[in-house]
Amino acid sequence: MDRIKIDLWVGIFVALGVAALLGLAMKVGNLTSSKLGDTYKVTAAFENIGGLKPNAPVKSAGVLVGRVANIGFDSKAYEAVVTIKIDKRYAFPKDTFANIYTAGLLGEQYVGLEAGGDEDILQEGDKITQTQDAVVLEKMISQFLYNKASEPNTDSKPSDEKADNASAAKSTELGDAPF
Amino acid sequence: MIKSALNGLVGLLSGIGHRMIARTWRLGAGARLFFLTLMYSGESFRRFHLTLREVYFTGVMSLLIIIVSAFFVGMVLALQGYNTLQKYGSSEAIGVLVALALVRELGPVVTALLFAGRAGTAITAEIGLMKTTEQLSAMEMMAVNPIARVVAPRFWAGVIAMPILAALFSMVGILGGYLVAVPLIGVDDGAFWSQMQANVDVKDDVINGVIKSLVFGVACTMIALFEGFDAPPTAEGVSHATTRTVVISSLTVLALDFVLTSFMLVV
Repeated sequence: MDRIKIDLWVGIFVALGVAALLGLAMKVGNLTSSKLGDTYKVTAAFENIGGLKPNAPVKSAGVLVGRVANIGFDSKAYEAVVTIKIDKRYAFPKDTFANIYTAGLLGEQYVGLEAGGDEDILQEGDKITQTQDAVVLEKMISQFLYNKASEPNTDSKPSDEKADNASAAKSTELGDAPF
Repeated sequence: MIKSALNGLVGLLSGIGHRMIARTWRLGAGARLFFLTLMYSGESFRRFHLTLREVYFTGVMSLLIIIVSAFFVGMVLALQGYNTLQKYGSSEAIGVLVALALVRELGPVVTALLFAGRAGTAITAEIGLMKTTEQLSAMEMMAVNPIARVVAPRFWAGVIAMPILAALFSMVGILGGYLVAVPLIGVDDGAFWSQMQANVDVKDDVINGVIKSLVFGVACTMIALFEGFDAPPTAEGVSHATTRTVVISSLTVLALDFVLTSFMLVV
């Protein structure tokens, strides 16, 4: 095996390796999809952020417009202070509404922005005043159970048995729904 | 009676002690060889064709086994993943499963295991035979440092080849998984790639996989080199050394993988 042939093969080998790495970065990884340009930061206070994490997506109308930069705790108001960075290409009015949503039933949580009607736009360092907390599933379930328990027990009459059966059938139908 | 029992016990204890001392000595000698290799590495970069030659023998010649096994590993991952995921109605997540499993774990680890079997044994046997046929002593007689001339180029070749092979393994494995998932099973093409891109992080997953394979490259090559360099100059000695290369490399790779993963997940 002469030296030129070996050099050629090693060159091909290294080129293949670089191509594989590039493929992993571009096609498999998120190098191309998660680029934000220049950003500005705004804060929003929530009473409960649920499972929101730094670097979670910030979406408006379903489009990724920014990311959560960091999450702090305000020990005076006992609130979570979420700093989000928004791409400079997107301007939002001052009275934008910030919600914490869950992607799917059990997916990751993200911040959703809904634009208001104000003429002024959010600047670097501004605070979003209108916020809605994350929905905590346990809280909802316990509330639901509490309401159920406190309902007056009206369906003890024998004539209501049919309706009762029907509702039971309905609930099992819901229970089997493929979430 | 009691005396013989005691003697047996003492023999057992001293046997364990001897073994421990021998193992510790080998560890120290291996570390010394590692530092000597690093020290004399300048030579292998100044005469780079020596290193390139070894890259050819360890890397290029391993391409076939790496690519074929990566293809099958990817296809099996997709089949098994689909089998479980479809029960939860999320068969689109199959791309994420295949990509994360390959990039984080299977790519670096399986490549290192195959590398130890394919290239590590060759290195050990070659250097062991060089020692047996007194080629290394002959080099020293000619004032050529065998570590600079024989060990260092092979070491750097292994360190260069391993990340390239691991990256190829991951990429080919993902293509194999794609082939099973999309044309064969009928998972949606766009969902396969987009879910993968949404969940594979370049820094956390791809770069960490490369770091892992670099560490495995250093470990596997160094073990193979040391076993060859330390082999008793007999036919039996070389064969034992070759066996030990595979056993020790495999165990080291698996143990190191656990340690590295725990560091990467915590930080």
